[in-house]
Amino acid sequence: MTGAHHALALALFSVFVLVTLGITTWVGRERRGSPEEFYAGGRLFSPMENGFAIAGDYMSAASFLGVTGLIALYGYDGILYTVGFLVAWLVVLFLVAELVRNCGRFTLADVLVTRLRERPVRIATGVSSVTVSVLYLVAQMVGAGSLMTLLLGGTGESARAWTVVGVGVLMVVYITLGGMRAATWIQIVKAVLLLGGTVALTVLVLVRFHGDLSALLTTAAGRSGHGQAFLAPGLKYGGDPTSRLDFVSLGLALVLGTAGLPHILSRFYTVPTACAARRSVVWSIGLIGGFYLMTIVLGFGAAAILGPDAVRAAGPAGNNAVPLLALDLGGGAGSTGGTVLFAVVAAVAFATILAVVAGITLASSASVAHDLYRTVSRRARTPRSEVAVARVAAAGTGAVAIGLGLLAQDLNVAFLVGLAFAVAASANLPVLLFTLFWRRFTTRGAVWSVYGGLVPALVLVVLSPVVSGGPDAIFPGADFALFPLENPGLVSVPLGFLAGWLGTVTSPEAADAGRHAETEVRSLTGAGAA
Amino acid sequence: MENHDRRSAASALAGTIQPARALTAPDISRALTAPDIYREVQRGAAFREVRSRYRRFAFPAAAAFLLWYLAYVVTATAAPGLMARPVAGALNVAMLAGLAQFATTFLLTWAYARHARLHRDPAALELRWAVTLETRQEWTGQERTQEWTCQEQSRREGEHA
Repeated sequence: MTGAHHALALALFSVFVLVTLGITTWVGRERRGSPEEFYAGGRLFSPMENGFAIAGDYMSAASFLGVTGLIALYGYDGILYTVGFLVAWLVVLFLVAELVRNCGRFTLADVLVTRLRERPVRIATGVSSVTVSVLYLVAQMVGAGSLMTLLLGGTGESARAWTVVGVGVLMVVYITLGGMRAATWIQIVKAVLLLGGTVALTVLVLVRFHGDLSALLTTAAGRSGHGQAFLAPGLKYGGDPTSRLDFVSLGLALVLGTAGLPHILSRFYTVPTACAARRSVVWSIGLIGGFYLMTIVLGFGAAAILGPDAVRAAGPAGNNAVPLLALDLGGGAGSTGGTVLFAVVAAVAFATILAVVAGITLASSASVAHDLYRTVSRRARTPRSEVAVARVAAAGTGAVAIGLGLLAQDLNVAFLVGLAFAVAASANLPVLLFTLFWRRFTTRGAVWSVYGGLVPALVLVVLSPVVSGGPDAIFPGADFALFPLENPGLVSVPLGFLAGWLGTVTSPEAADAGRHAETEVRSLTGAGAA
Repeated sequence: MENHDRRSAASALAGTIQPARALTAPDISRALTAPDIYREVQRGAAFREVRSRYRRFAFPAAAAFLLWYLAYVVTATAAPGLMARPVAGALNVAMLAGLAQFATTFLLTWAYARHARLHRDPAALELRWAVTLETRQEWTGQERTQEWTCQEQSRREGEHA
C-alpha cells in the first residue's frame, strides 16, 4: 500500500469533521438552552429526516466493516447477523415507537413514570441506560482505533490511542455545543454518505459480474475453498452445540435489544407526533433493509474478487474487506481510481463511527442529567440548570469512553456490540413492554425487572469464556468461566421478564388503575403528549 | 368550526357518533380530576375500539414474526444440512429463507403502516381532541394541525404506493 490513499483518506475525513463542526456551530448559534432543544432538537424534524437519522444511528461501522468481513470469510453465517439487525425493527415499529412518542418526553424513564413511582424507577432505568450506552460507546471507540491503524497503514499503538482521544473530544464538542439538533444533522449527513458509498460499491461489484448474482455467488463459493458450504450456514457457528446455542443467544439479543437501546428510543422524541414517529421508522426500515441487502453483495463480492486469503491477511477478523474491495474495484493499488475509492470508503467508515458516538453520548447524558441527577440531587432545579448538567454529563461520558476505549483496545468489537444489545434486551425492553401493556404492573415489578435483567447479564459475561479460561480471554491466566456462552441473552432476557412478573405479583401495593388508564389512553391516542 | 369540533370530540368521548348522546358543554365543565377523565375515556366504547384494533393487529403480527425469525435462526444453527439443500443454480434453501426474512419484514412494515393509517389514526385523533378539551390543557390547535398533516401526508403516500 502506498501513502497516497492514506493521505487522501485523512484529507476527506478532515473535510467531514469540518463540515460537521460547521453544522454544530450553525445549529448552536441560537442556543436557547431548554431541555426540549437539547434532548429532542425542538421536536420538529420531519419523518424523512428522522428516518435517515435513525438509519444513521443504527448503521454502525460494526455492520459496515464487520458484517461484510464476516460474509467474506464465513459466507452465509454473516447473513444471519444482518437478518437479526433488520427484523429487530419490527419490534420497534409494532410495540414501541408510537407509544413511546406519545407517553415519553426525553428518556425511557419518562414513559415509565406516567404510571410508576418516580424515584426508584428513574434510578433503575438511568443506571441500565448508562450501562448500555457505555458498552456500545466502547465498541465504537475500539472500532475507531482499529480503523485508524488501517488508515495509517499500521503505525502502531500511539496512532490508535490518539484516534480514540480525538474521537472522544470531537463527540463532546458536538454534543455540548449542538445537542440533539447537531446530532440529528450529523446522523443525516453520515447516513447519506454511507448509503451513497455502499450503493456505488455495490454497483461496481454487480458490473464486474455483469449483473449475474448467480455467477457472483458461485465464484465466491469457488474461491472460498469451502465450495457450496460457503453459501449455507455452519462455517462459523456450526461447531459444537455450545457455539450453536451461543448464536441463538446472540440472535435473541439482537432482535429484542434494538427496542431497548436508549439512543434509538430518544430519536422518536425529535418528531412532533406518533404518526411521524411511525413514518420515520418506516423510512428507516427501508433504508436499513436496503443497506443490509447491499452489504451481502459486498461481502460475497469481497470473497469472489479478493478471495478470503487476501481478506484474512489484511486483518484476521475480516474488518478490512470493504476498503480492500474498494481499492480493487477502483483499479487496484497504485491507480487513481483505487486510491480515491479506498479513501472515500475509509473516510465514510470513520464518519460512521463519529456520528454513532455522538448519538450515544447524547442519550447517555440525558439519562445522567434527566433521570439520575434530577432524582438524586436535592437542590432546586430549573430546566436550564438541567441542560447545564447534561452538558457536563456529556463531557464525563466522553472521558469515561476514552478511558475504557484505551483499555479495551484488544476486545472484539462485534462481541461488545452483542453485549450492549443483550443488556438492552434484558434490562430495558421487559420493563418498557410491561409498563405499556400489563394492567397490574407495579413499581416493584419495574425495579426488579430492570435489575433482574441487568445484573444477570453483566454477571454472566464476567463468568463467560470471554473474560477468563482461554487463550483469547481478557484474563487468560485465570479460569472462572462457569457460564459456557459468550452472549448472555438466552438466559438474561427471560430473567428480566421473570423478575418483572415476580416483583409485580409479590408487590404489597396494587397497580394504580387511574394512572394505568392515563398511560394506556395517552399511549394510544397521543392526548397530553409532549 | 369550534362548536363542531367540540361536539364531535364529546361524542367521541361518549363512544358514539350520535350528537343526541353527546355530552354538552356544561357537562364538560364539571370539575373532573385528570385520572377520572382518563378512566372514563378508557371505559368508553370509542377507546376500546381503537385499543382492540391496535392489539388485534400488532400482537399476532409480532408473535408471528418473532416465531418465524427464531425458527430461522434455530434451523440455521441446528439443521445446516437442510439449509444447504440446493433449489436452483447457486440458490439454496438458506439463501431463500434469508431473502424471505427481508421480504416479510418489508411486507409487515407496509401492512402495519397501512392498517394504522386506515383503521386507527382518525379515531385516535378524535379521542386525543376529546381528552384535551376535557382536561383543558393548553392545546392551541397547532398539535392537531401537525397530527392531521402527518396523517394526510401518510394517506397521500399510501394512495401513490
